[in-house]
Amino acid sequence: MKKYLSFFRLRFTMGLQYRAAALGGITTQFAWGFMEIMIFAAFHRADASAFPMSFSATASYLWLQQAFLALFAVWMMENEIFDTIINGDIAYEMCRPVSVYRMWFARSIATRLSRAVLRSFPILIVAAFLPHPYGLAAPASLKHFILFLVTLVLGLLMTVSLCMLVYILAFFTISPAGLRLIFDSASDFFAGALIPLPFFPEKMQRIMELLPFASMQNVPLRIYGGSMSSYEMKRAVFLQVFWLAAITFAGNALCHLAQKRVTVQGG
Amino acid sequence: MRSIRLYLHYVSINIRCVMQYKTSFFLTAAGQFLVSFTTFLGVFFMFQRFSRVEGFTYSEVLLCFSVMLMEFSLAEMFARGFDQFSGMVRSGEFDRVLVRPQNEIIQVLGSKFELTRFGRMLQAVVMFIYGIIQSDIAWSFSKALTVIFMLIGGTAVFTALFLIYAAFCFFTLESLEFMNIFTDGAREFGKYPVGVYGEKMLLFATFIVPYALIQYYPLLYILGRRKELIFMFLPLLACWFLIPALMFWKFGVKHYKSSGS
Repeated sequence: MKKYLSFFRLRFTMGLQYRAAALGGITTQFAWGFMEIMIFAAFHRADASAFPMSFSATASYLWLQQAFLALFAVWMMENEIFDTIINGDIAYEMCRPVSVYRMWFARSIATRLSRAVLRSFPILIVAAFLPHPYGLAAPASLKHFILFLVTLVLGLLMTVSLCMLVYILAFFTISPAGLRLIFDSASDFFAGALIPLPFFPEKMQRIMELLPFASMQNVPLRIYGGSMSSYEMKRAVFLQVFWLAAITFAGNALCHLAQKRVTVQGG
Repeated sequence: MRSIRLYLHYVSINIRCVMQYKTSFFLTAAGQFLVSFTTFLGVFFMFQRFSRVEGFTYSEVLLCFSVMLMEFSLAEMFARGFDQFSGMVRSGEFDRVLVRPQNEIIQVLGSKFELTRFGRMLQAVVMFIYGIIQSDIAWSFSKALTVIFMLIGGTAVFTALFLIYAAFCFFTLESLEFMNIFTDGAREFGKYPVGVYGEKMLLFATFIVPYALIQYYPLLYILGRRKELIFMFLPLLACWFLIPALMFWKFGVKHYKSSGS
């Protein structure tokens, strides 16, 4: 455990060094969030009764999504990991007396957390000061806020464990570009990154909520605004824990299999 | 004339190069198709719930989205070299470009011709045809011509944006993340007519970065909401945006210091 903690610390402090990049990210994400809010505001003007949740909750969802983008964006994968698999450096990684799976897991979490620490607060603070329906509202209640924090952590773990599957699949395909494109766009769609899940037709939404993708940003962002009933919240947390266990188990097994038959690319 | 021949030669080299890895090419093209397909699904499901936005119906939004996507993919296909320009500056490759007796823009343009964007283009064309069938626009010669003008103007505007994006690398060595909002962001948010984003955004998109000239105004003409002929020629006017972009690029080249690697 200590080994992985130091992997984590190493990557985390390293990630904190990229402050200029973070500034660029903040501007981009702020502009992005602003445009998203304008679209939803236009739809709200067109037909307010068709909105599945209050406009203020939608705005909070969008701002939190931008603020915590680094935690949940599946496309922000570690290019270095793909590089080690492609150029053969994986051989060195496998010589170490550590589990490759756990090492990559620790380091992915560290990268995402360090990015989020640098980027989230400025966005959250500015968004909180925007005029009422357009800004980040206060959480529905203290209970919701605590649950939001818990599911935020679970969602992060879930995102990383799904990305781990893609890293490991790269062992088998060598060229991960096509795989990544498909995985990125499919999970963005099912996770509620394109449009929040409540905006989908009801039947579809019910199915989508059961998928592992819905256990990432969908749960914490909706709990924050209080647009889930207490039964829905319980079920969502349960699903998060279930999928996290299932996916990490599958990832570990697959990693084991991949390591047995790994061919190191020369060069 | 010679430079055009040279550019076409570059393109043919690039295509032959890509075609050596046929499977990879088709997979990436399919991936490109899929990426914009989920954006389309996003629009589709929003319109399952809402019947119109700011007076635009589903099929009208689709027309707008598809033309914008075509403009973007065309520009990306031709001007992809600018998109990856930061690598060229950092590796010192640009030094080699400068010593050759040939225009540097042609060389950078020719460094990469992204045929895989064909996947995105196909998605845009399918959506465009679907949009035309769904909407009841009375097509005329002038309206068809407007679409072609939109494609020309749009490709010019996005190429200019890529050029600016690349020119920043002369000063920062890294490509700037916030520029993405003007390229990828415009592609994403251009799925809805600019008018949806309110008065101020429309002013910005008219006079500063001319998105509205290649999207909103000609769309109004095609939909028959505005009859003035000027709306038909506005997309061509948008090509003015290439001038400041080129000037900025020239300025950057003058200040270029080799990264030394």
